Amino acid sequence: MWSFRVRGGVKLQYHKELSSEKAVVAMPLPRRLYLPLQQHIGAPAIPVVAVGDTVLKGQLIAKAAPGLSAPVHASSSGTVVAIEEYVAPHPSGLRQKTIIIATDGQDRWADLPTPVIDDFPLGVSPSELNSRVAGAGIVGMGGAAFPSAVKLDLKSRYQLDMLLINGAECEPYLTCDDRLMREEAAAVIDGVRILAYALEVQSVVFAIERNKPQALAAIRDAARVEPWIKVMALPTRFPMGSERHLVLACTGRETPSRKLTADIGVVVHNVATARAVARTIRSGEPLISRVVTVSGRGIREPANINVPLGTLVEDLLVFCGGLHPVPHKLIGGGPMMGAPMPSVQVPVVKGTSGVLALTADEVNDGAESPCIRCGSCVSACPCGLVPLEMAQLVRRGDLQGAHTIGLQDCVSCGSCSFICPSHIPLSHYFNFAKGQLGALDRDSRRQDRIRSLIQARNERAAREAETKKAAAAARKAAKAAAAASTAAPAATPASQLEEST
Amino acid sequence: MITMATRAGPFTHTVNSISRTMLWVMAALLPATAYGLWLFGWPALMLFVITLGSALAAEAAMLKLLGQPVRSRLFDGSALLTGWLLALSLPPWAPWWIGLLGSLSAIVIGKHLFGGLGQNMFNPAMVARIVLLISFPVQLTVWVAPAPFGSDASPSFGQALAYVSDSTPLPEHMSAATSLGVLKTEHSRGVSVVKTAAQLPPPAQLAIGHESGSMGETSAGLLLAGGLLLIVLRIISWHIPVAMLGTLAALAAIFSAVDPTRFATAPIHLLSGAAVLGAFFIATDYVTSPVSRSGQLLFGAGIGALTWVIRSLGAYPEGVAFAVVLMNAMVPLIDRGFRPRVFGRSRRGKTLEANTQPKIKL
Repeated sequence: MWSFRVRGGVKLQYHKELSSEKAVVAMPLPRRLYLPLQQHIGAPAIPVVAVGDTVLKGQLIAKAAPGLSAPVHASSSGTVVAIEEYVAPHPSGLRQKTIIIATDGQDRWADLPTPVIDDFPLGVSPSELNSRVAGAGIVGMGGAAFPSAVKLDLKSRYQLDMLLINGAECEPYLTCDDRLMREEAAAVIDGVRILAYALEVQSVVFAIERNKPQALAAIRDAARVEPWIKVMALPTRFPMGSERHLVLACTGRETPSRKLTADIGVVVHNVATARAVARTIRSGEPLISRVVTVSGRGIREPANINVPLGTLVEDLLVFCGGLHPVPHKLIGGGPMMGAPMPSVQVPVVKGTSGVLALTADEVNDGAESPCIRCGSCVSACPCGLVPLEMAQLVRRGDLQGAHTIGLQDCVSCGSCSFICPSHIPLSHYFNFAKGQLGALDRDSRRQDRIRSLIQARNERAAREAETKKAAAAARKAAKAAAAASTAAPAATPASQLEEST
Repeated sequence: MITMATRAGPFTHTVNSISRTMLWVMAALLPATAYGLWLFGWPALMLFVITLGSALAAEAAMLKLLGQPVRSRLFDGSALLTGWLLALSLPPWAPWWIGLLGSLSAIVIGKHLFGGLGQNMFNPAMVARIVLLISFPVQLTVWVAPAPFGSDASPSFGQALAYVSDSTPLPEHMSAATSLGVLKTEHSRGVSVVKTAAQLPPPAQLAIGHESGSMGETSAGLLLAGGLLLIVLRIISWHIPVAMLGTLAALAAIFSAVDPTRFATAPIHLLSGAAVLGAFFIATDYVTSPVSRSGQLLFGAGIGALTWVIRSLGAYPEGVAFAVVLMNAMVPLIDRGFRPRVFGRSRRGKTLEANTQPKIKL
C-alpha cells in the first residue's frame, strides 16, 4: 500500500543503531520515586494519600481533577515521605507538587481491578473499557501526554471511522517504540484491538517507518489474526510521526487548520499507549512504568529500559554506566522536538520517551549568521509556511503579522531550524511568539471577564439602589421616616475581580 | 554541561552551511571558467584574478568599516562568488580597472549599501555589470575572437600585461562580435536574420563555446553540466532555470516561426550570450530570488521573457543582466503573493471543510 505524499520534511541522521539492538531491560527499583501530580496535559491530579501513609504498587495516590486530567499511581510499594514542590522535567526548571515515595524494596501489589481475559468480542462494554483506561491514568506516550480516555471518548462527539496507530517513531535516537513492537508485538496488537473495540471503529491502520524492518515484520506477523488491521510501511522522513501529517500520509485526508484529526474521522494512538492499554485491560495494572531510550554519544552504554515512573534521570544515567565527560546537552524526548532537562534530578514521567546526552558534535549548533534567503526552511516546512518571513516578523515584534501568515499553523517540528545553513533558531522564535500570543490572548480574555464582572456589579448596584429607593419610598409612604436605611451594600472587593479565567 | 534552556530545539543540525553552498557553486562553475580562461588566454586570467582579488579586498574593507566580523564573513565564499560571477560576465580582454570598478560596484553598492549578506535586493554581480555597461559602453562591448593558449593568436604574458594594463590598444584583427551582437547590427542594417544566422557558428560549436563572448558565458554545455550538478546536490532547484530557459525558448520558437526574417531561433537564444550562465548561476542567487517554488517559476519565466524582449526588441544585443535585475525588483511582491499552501488551509488561507476530502495537491 502506497502512502500519500506529504509536503516538506527533512532527512535526518538517525543514530538509532546506538540502541536499536539493545533489548528492553528492567530498571532496578530506585530507593525513592518522585511522582509529579501533573504528568499529562490538563489539570494536576489531587493527592489522596498523606505523608507517612504506606502505599502499595499500583495504588492510586492522586485522583484525576475534574475536567481534563489523569490520575497517578504508586510505581512501587513503600511510604510517602513528602508531598512537596520538586523540580519538574521541564526546561524552565520550575517546581511542581510531587509525591515522594521511599520504596520498601518489596514491590507489593495493591488490589487491582479484575482483568478482562476473554477473547474478542470482549465481555465488557466500550464505555467500561474507557473508564478503566481513564482509571489507569493512561496518557499518550509518544510525548504529548494527552489523557487517552478523552481521546477514546471522541466517538461521542465525532463521526469516527478509523484508528491509526503511530509507530513512526520519526525522532532520531529513540528506539523504545521499535523495541516494543519487536518484543511485544502480540501485546501491542491486542492493545490495538482493544482500542478499536473501545472506539467502535471498523478500520485500523498501523503505520511504521521503513527504517524499522524488524518491527514491521513483527507487527505484520502479529496482525495476521485480524486481517482488517492494515500495516503500512511509511517513508523515513521527519516529521512523519506528527499526528496530522501521519493521517495525511496514511489516508490522504488533510486535517483542517486548528481542527482535530477526529474532525476527519481519525483517532491516532501511539504504540506504547496501545501496549499500556492492553496491560491495563488484561492484567488490571495501571500505568506505572514505561520504556525509555537512554542514548546519545554522551552515554556510556545506551539502552532501552523499562523504568518505574518517578525514577530520577540521575539513577537512569548511573544504570547506563554514566556519562562520557561533559556532554553538551541533556534532552528529554527526541532531539528534534524534545526539551532540555533542567537537571539530572528530574523524574521520568509518563511522556518521557527518551533521555539523551548529546555531544557538541551531535548537536552542531554553530554560530548564527545572516539569513541568505536560501529557502531551505520553506521547502522543509511540512505545514507550508514561510519560516524565514515569520521569524523576521517575530524578530521585529510584529506578532500579529506572524499570526496572519500562519504562526499558529506551525507544529513546532523544528525542521526549519534543523535545515537552516545559517543556524538561525527559527523554531525558537516561533515557540516564543506562540507563547506571547497565548499570553496576550489569556490577558484579553481576562480583561473581558473583568469587564463583564464590573458590568454585572454595576447592574447589581443599580438594581439594589432601585430596590432600596422603592423600599424607602414605601416606608415614607408608611410614614416610618425614622427607619432610614444605614447599611451600605457590600461592594465586591476588587481582589475578587482579579479571579483568573 | 549546559542544562539550562538557552534555546529551544532542535538539538541536531544539518551539516550544511553558507560556505559549503558557495564552495559547491564555485566548483560547478569551474569547468566553464577553466574553458573560458583557456579560450581567451593570459588577459582573461589576469582580469579574473584582478576581479576576484578586488572583490575580496572590497569585502574586507566594508566588513571592517561596518563593524562586522571580518574573519568569519570574508571567507564564507559569498564575496568570492560575486567577484567570480562578475568576472565571467565581463569581456575577457577588458582592462584591469574594469574588473576593479566592477568589484567595487558589486560589493560596495550592490551588497553592503543594502545591509550586507542576505540583505541586498539586486544581484550584486549584475548590478556591477550594468553599472559598467552604462558607464563604459566601449570597454564593455569589445569582444575578441577565441585565442586559446598554445594557439598562434594567443598573446604572450607580456602582451597580455600590456592589454590588461590598458597601455596598448587591442589589435584590430583580434576583435570579433558575439553572435547576438552580429544579429543585432545586421538586422539594424536591414539584413534578414535568417541570412545572418546562416553565417553564425553552428549550434554544436555554440554549445561547446568556441566563439567570442564574455569570459565564462560561451560554453553552454559546461555551464549546463555545472548547473545540473547543483540541482543534483539540491543546492538549487530546477524551477528557476527551467522556467527561464523554457520561456526564452518558447518565445523565440513562436516568434521565429511567425517572422523568421526578424527573430532568431530558439537554439541561438539558448546557446549564445549569457542565457545558460544566467539561468543556473545568476538568477538562482538565493538572496535575490523568491523563496517559494511557485514564486520561483514566475520569477524564472519573467527573466526569460524580459531577456527575449530586450534581445529581440531592445537596443542591446544581450539582456540577461537587465532582465535579472528587473525581476529582482519584483521579488518582494512575488514572495508576498506566492506563498505555499498552508497545511489544512485552502490556497486563499481559509480553513478546509472538515467533511470534504480535498484532493491532495501540493
